[in-house]
Amino acid sequence: MTNRAVPDAGTQIEIYRRMALIKANDERSRKVIMTGRLVMPYYSPRGQEVIPSAISVNLTDEDYVCTIYRGSHDQLAKGLPLKDLWAEVAGRTTGTCKGKGGPMHVTYPTKGIMVTTGIVGSTMPIANGLAWASQLRGDGRVTVANFGDGAANIGAFHESLNLASVWKLPVIFVCQNNEWGEHTAYDKTSNVRVADRAAAYGIPGERVDGNDPFAMYAAAREAIERARAGEGPTLIEAMTYRFHGHVFGDQDAYMDKERKARAMADDPVPRFRARLIADGVASEEQLAEMEAGIEAQIDEAVEFALASDFPGVEELKRDVFAEELN
Amino acid sequence: MATQTAAKPAKANILQAINAAIADAMEADDNVVVLGEDVADPEEGGVCGVTKGLSSRFGDARVRSTPISEQAIVGAAIGASLVGFKPVAEIMLMNFTTVAMDMIVNHAAKLRFMSGGQTHVPIVIRTMTGTGFASGGQHCDYLEAWFAHTAGIKVVAPSSPRDAYGLMRSAIDDPDPVLFIENLPTYWTPAEAPEKDHRVPIGKANLLSEGNDVTIIAYARMIQEAMPAVAQLAEAGISAELIDLRTIAPWDRDTVLASVAKTGRAMIVHEAVTPFGVGAEIASVLNEELFGKLKAPVKRLGGAFCAVPFSKPLETAFAPQTADIAAAAKALMA
Repeated sequence: MTNRAVPDAGTQIEIYRRMALIKANDERSRKVIMTGRLVMPYYSPRGQEVIPSAISVNLTDEDYVCTIYRGSHDQLAKGLPLKDLWAEVAGRTTGTCKGKGGPMHVTYPTKGIMVTTGIVGSTMPIANGLAWASQLRGDGRVTVANFGDGAANIGAFHESLNLASVWKLPVIFVCQNNEWGEHTAYDKTSNVRVADRAAAYGIPGERVDGNDPFAMYAAAREAIERARAGEGPTLIEAMTYRFHGHVFGDQDAYMDKERKARAMADDPVPRFRARLIADGVASEEQLAEMEAGIEAQIDEAVEFALASDFPGVEELKRDVFAEELN
Repeated sequence: MATQTAAKPAKANILQAINAAIADAMEADDNVVVLGEDVADPEEGGVCGVTKGLSSRFGDARVRSTPISEQAIVGAAIGASLVGFKPVAEIMLMNFTTVAMDMIVNHAAKLRFMSGGQTHVPIVIRTMTGTGFASGGQHCDYLEAWFAHTAGIKVVAPSSPRDAYGLMRSAIDDPDPVLFIENLPTYWTPAEAPEKDHRVPIGKANLLSEGNDVTIIAYARMIQEAMPAVAQLAEAGISAELIDLRTIAPWDRDTVLASVAKTGRAMIVHEAVTPFGVGAEIASVLNEELFGKLKAPVKRLGGAFCAVPFSKPLETAFAPQTADIAAAAKALMA
């Protein structure tokens, strides 16, 4: 494609910073679980760092995002503070949801992180409602609904894309196609590209290399601009690859070893890092310093989380309704 | 059944009361919006016309007919509510809530808790149901127990125009999701008209008639079956107290326990099937709280444990009727 938006140098570095943060946070999460310091259901986003990083630099804190159980990359890219995340996944009262949501239900409205769902396909119907609110108010906000390729086969996908199309909602449907729906390969569950389904709803659909920050940035920017301009929804199918099994502890024997090795050898994070240096956008020292800073922030967040208190049992009666239960 | 535009009549029906409550709420608060299948005026304000006139009065943006997509309807209501709107979503028939259970149960009911109170879901889901129109097994179930069993959602089922108006206003005011169950066959029954801005608090039952011998706890159309039973019992020398529960979740334990503490006998009547129902929950609480004071085992009277049948005699026999209620009360006195 020609004449597509290209991120400027500062934006490229910011995309990389978000990618590096997601990668480092994933590596630390797996380490903390492995060493027994924390028990949690963990769905690694490793390999999918580019997608939310390149999307979110086109968003503001006022824009909304909905994501899924494999969602820490989407949350961090949208600006969720590390301490709030770590305390939440550790089930502590200092967590963003007071420890009552956990890794599958992280919520942080301050940065527009409105819903994290553990139900496949359920970001889309709710994202439509957020987008409908923006349309009613005319506030120019957009909503990004993230979901996996597996969710493209659930009824909510069809209902949501159809409604968004008919109502011309300012929503961007981002299918992060990591080739796997739990343990089953995408090509065993669908005969068509996810992006091609957009035609069925009369909306633009684009398959993009979700591991290429430039391609992802351009696709996201165009979709976001369309939505802000009141031109309706877009479906983006961002092609990527899940480096690990469905959930932490899954031995991923069902994943083709050669394909996986190839994907990991083409890791998008070091690839983009090398490009930034080769293009003279950033220096090795600059990026090393950034990465060290991220590690230090994660160190601090993990220690903060593990030193925080667990919520008291009185929380069982709170937040069920506005009024505390008897 | 057009909206009343002339001076307020002394009489109104439930359908008019709900229409007026939504209209008054929309007038009072621009954040109240309506969505659902057929809800706007080009689609006649719904299959029974409950929302007729609203889109003409408040505009197409605030009253939107939707595709037949129950998950998308409830999802859109949830999303808009997260950022300050107060959507009133119609899921035409209660049986159709089953296609939106993920949105209702996993999301609407739980987002406040799972977010640690950072977000909440002030939506009203209107849905109609009820036997009597020979609609068979998939159009008239009472499924209130499914929702009452879910933490985080309130369930109301008014039996009169006044309560329908007052509960709808309270449901729209409420900061949490409310399932508003409308009885379809009694939509058009006239009764005392509600006053504008009248509220019926969620969680408060209504003592319809006082008595000393037996407490009958009912709601929705079962009130219309129970009222004549109370009169028949009086003729037989039995003084029955009738409580209209009005809110199923959270139900008014104080009113019910006070009544049964007085009478010592209780019967719960609902149109939903008996096993694992609202009656079972109330009976269990009565047993826990009033074991020594009960003069007879608590009685449940509910629908037959089958799909709602089509054939008229079977449909009539499916749900409790006045004679069943009177006979069961007499049996409690024996």
